[in-house]
Amino acid sequence: MAFRSAVITFPGSNCDRDMAVALEQIAGTAPHRVWHGDADLPDRLDFIALPGGFSYGDYLRSGAMAARSPIMQAVIAAAGRGVPVLGVCNGFQVLTEAGLLPGALMRNAGIRFVCREVALTVANTQSLFTAGYAAGQQIRIPVAHHDGNYFADAATLDRLEGEGRVAFRYAEPVNGSARDIAGVLNEAGNVLGMMPHPERAIDPVHGGTDGRALFEAAVRALASA
Amino acid sequence: MKVRVHVSLKNGVLDPQGRAIHHAIEGLGFAGVKDVRAGRLFELEVDDSVTDAALEDMAGKLLANLVIENYRIERVAG
Repeated sequence: MAFRSAVITFPGSNCDRDMAVALEQIAGTAPHRVWHGDADLPDRLDFIALPGGFSYGDYLRSGAMAARSPIMQAVIAAAGRGVPVLGVCNGFQVLTEAGLLPGALMRNAGIRFVCREVALTVANTQSLFTAGYAAGQQIRIPVAHHDGNYFADAATLDRLEGEGRVAFRYAEPVNGSARDIAGVLNEAGNVLGMMPHPERAIDPVHGGTDGRALFEAAVRALASA
Repeated sequence: MKVRVHVSLKNGVLDPQGRAIHHAIEGLGFAGVKDVRAGRLFELEVDDSVTDAALEDMAGKLLANLVIENYRIERVAG
């Protein structure tokens, strides 16, 4: 069964091609490319990716405008039906602004844009995105963001941790995120937002391949569904 | 009429930008500034028929992110 995925492009997205290449290499089928102004997604999708970038020039707040663009109504509906949705970097910001994930991504605590490979700890290995990693495994994935400082109130953070919804934590200081959170899952486990870029770590020429297991797990989850 | 929507960070939310601005103020030699919080001001030109409820809706759904921000709406006379 062919893996049917979609990559959403907003004005100012700049990691959409990398995401599409990663999905095609690992799933074996090229994703549909969907424009933010489209009202509908292709039918019977197995996977939706919101890529990194600077949608709408980060106007208002990072991800705020994109979260209100026409295609997001369809993404929200698909997420509600259980379709896996991965938001990376700006995609994570869009997911929080759209209300699909709790919390908010604020300006990095050190004010500076951070662009380097960082160490992450895999905190959840039960989700369809993270099942390919070992519990507590340390992986290296690049980050490139200005607004990656995860914030949520203490009750929300407690709930996320209690429900195993923290997918990845930073294993080194990066941006001041609450409880070192680098990626979170929604309650149903089919929506993952993360600041690090797994699609930039899928080929040895990238300098590392620790991102592959995420996409491979998602493809496997579909094949066995 | 003109409406101002003031958006500010909630208490307890760290404000790295405000802190950097604070440092810059001190760097300019001004003393006595204890804290700086950065916010935003939106000025809307609206028909008189636009209701308070509609303004609240705009502020809560878009202008402010209620996870981290509060807003205050001010109708400006004249």
